[in-house]
Amino acid sequence: ATPVEDGGEVEEAGEEDRPDSVASKTDKKEPKLTNQFNFSERASQTLNNPLRERSCQTEPPPRSIFSATANQWEIYDAYVEELQKQEKNKEKQKAIPSKKDNEKSKKKMMLMETQGDDFTKVGKASKIFERMVNQNTFDDIAQDFKYFEDASDEFRDQEGTLLPLWKFQYDKAKRLSVTALCWNNKYQDLFAAGMGSYDFSKQGHGMLVFYSLKNSAFPEYIYPTNSGVLCLHIHEQHSHLIAVGFYDGCVAVYNLKEEGLEPVYKSTAKTGKHTDPVWQVRWQNDDMDNNHNFYSVSSDGRVVSWTLVKNELVFTDIIRLSVNGAVSEGPEGAQQPIIACGTAFDFHKQIDYLFLVGTEEGKIHKCSKTYSSQFLETYNAHSMAVDAVKWNHFHPKVFISCSSDWTVKIWDHTIKDLSSGFTCRMCQKAISGHNTDGTVHVFDLNINKYEAICQQSVVAKKKTKLTHIEFNPIYPIIIVGDDRGYVTSLKLSPNLRKKPKAKKGQELPKGPEVEIAKMEKLLSLLREPEQNAV
Amino acid sequence: MAEVEETLKRIEAHKGVIGTIVVNAEGIPIRTNLDNSTAVQYAGLLRHLTMLARSTVRDIDPQNDLIVLRIRTKKYEIMVTPENGFLLIVIQNPCE
Repeated sequence: ATPVEDGGEVEEAGEEDRPDSVASKTDKKEPKLTNQFNFSERASQTLNNPLRERSCQTEPPPRSIFSATANQWEIYDAYVEELQKQEKNKEKQKAIPSKKDNEKSKKKMMLMETQGDDFTKVGKASKIFERMVNQNTFDDIAQDFKYFEDASDEFRDQEGTLLPLWKFQYDKAKRLSVTALCWNNKYQDLFAAGMGSYDFSKQGHGMLVFYSLKNSAFPEYIYPTNSGVLCLHIHEQHSHLIAVGFYDGCVAVYNLKEEGLEPVYKSTAKTGKHTDPVWQVRWQNDDMDNNHNFYSVSSDGRVVSWTLVKNELVFTDIIRLSVNGAVSEGPEGAQQPIIACGTAFDFHKQIDYLFLVGTEEGKIHKCSKTYSSQFLETYNAHSMAVDAVKWNHFHPKVFISCSSDWTVKIWDHTIKDLSSGFTCRMCQKAISGHNTDGTVHVFDLNINKYEAICQQSVVAKKKTKLTHIEFNPIYPIIIVGDDRGYVTSLKLSPNLRKKPKAKKGQELPKGPEVEIAKMEKLLSLLREPEQNAV
Repeated sequence: MAEVEETLKRIEAHKGVIGTIVVNAEGIPIRTNLDNSTAVQYAGLLRHLTMLARSTVRDIDPQNDLIVLRIRTKKYEIMVTPENGFLLIVIQNPCE
């Protein structure tokens, strides 16, 4: 209890509403003193505000489950795509006015994608598969082609054999005979076969067919033609260009890279086509304007040079063959020279302007591209038509000719008379030939000049005749065409492609010098007995 | 279009070929000469295997890619190739 008697000295803190407040008024001037010993707390409670709950529900954000792998190649692909986008952006910045074209192309793109299940997209794969299936079926042939070497050749002294490999045929070409064969330089498993007919009375349509060794069941390219194909040649550098000569005298150029079955160039009556069958065509080096050009020889006695200028085929008569001598295109005199029929020609490998023409009368003329009025030389070669002439690939002076009179003759073009003669058809050092009885003969001049080192029956004797033969430049195989539209491939056994055995310790020289040396030796051997006889 | 059709027909007619299947991007066989259930089975199983093979080849060298996968079994040979999202399968018995 607090003594109240003191008056205003001690104040009670809580007694504010007591009448002491009157007393505090009287003691106004004295400062309020806080009391350390007397303290009491006083609390009061206020009203609580009522709580209310409020909530709101929304749709959950759309979710999807995503999983991916991050491989080395996926990262690489992403970078490549990024790079392509950047390049496209750069191009777009450079070519702003072509915005409209971009929009149009975008629309086209959209249309293409919505075509749906279109299995033309497996086009490439189906082609590979066809070859694989063929490889499986003809597995033993493929193995033979690569690895088989006839072991019995060691026992046979110098004779060899031909191992039959693939047989190529095309249904629609069954009635046609193979009239020309040519290997492709760039793709050595690809060859072209021209189909037509040698029969004068039965002339119909023809075909140009390409086969690959990788697929013997079906051709790679097929071009049907109106007239029978008689000859063809694949350009050595641009192996997609093929020159073709027809029975009706036309020449045409096909381009394998183009879609479509028509030739890119074709000669017509207006543009100087031959009036008689074209027996041979040959590509030449590009001329000074870098235009491609090729030559053709035909029974109408003309050797013509065709130049591919832009979209046209421009022709130039090089030489007119006649029985007495060449006749230039001069004024028409009273004398009508008798025109000779050209049947074969070949161009010299090193000397570009020099070439040989064989005629139906059995003569061979040596001509130059620059002199159209005269032959440089004439050789009285054969008694019947000359079927083929060929320069030796290595020896610059030697050429060979073969004819329907069953002889083959080797010539040195500086000597007018013949050097030696026997029966066959030539390619490099080995010679192969074929007869109408279905056999292939292979000759090697080094070994035996008068007898074949291999004679083998390739097709059924009485039914089919063999018409053409070609050596492959890389692989040891030959292809033989017959008059039924079949092309058979044969592998040469080791004896047939023998190189000279090296003596121990001596280095084996290789290359063209060796071939030239061999040829020289042969020729000198042949000439000696003649001189001795004289 | 016709050329691919012809090539596939020739493959089917070839000696020893048991069947061919063309599978689209969704895994459904769109062209086959086998019965449907077999085709679907082949398509489903080979799809995974081809993707795995492709992944392996590309992992080793991203610039490389799988062209053909050949599975030689006791009875026959299965050849698969992925192309443009499609799958081409050929089953051949080479020893006939």
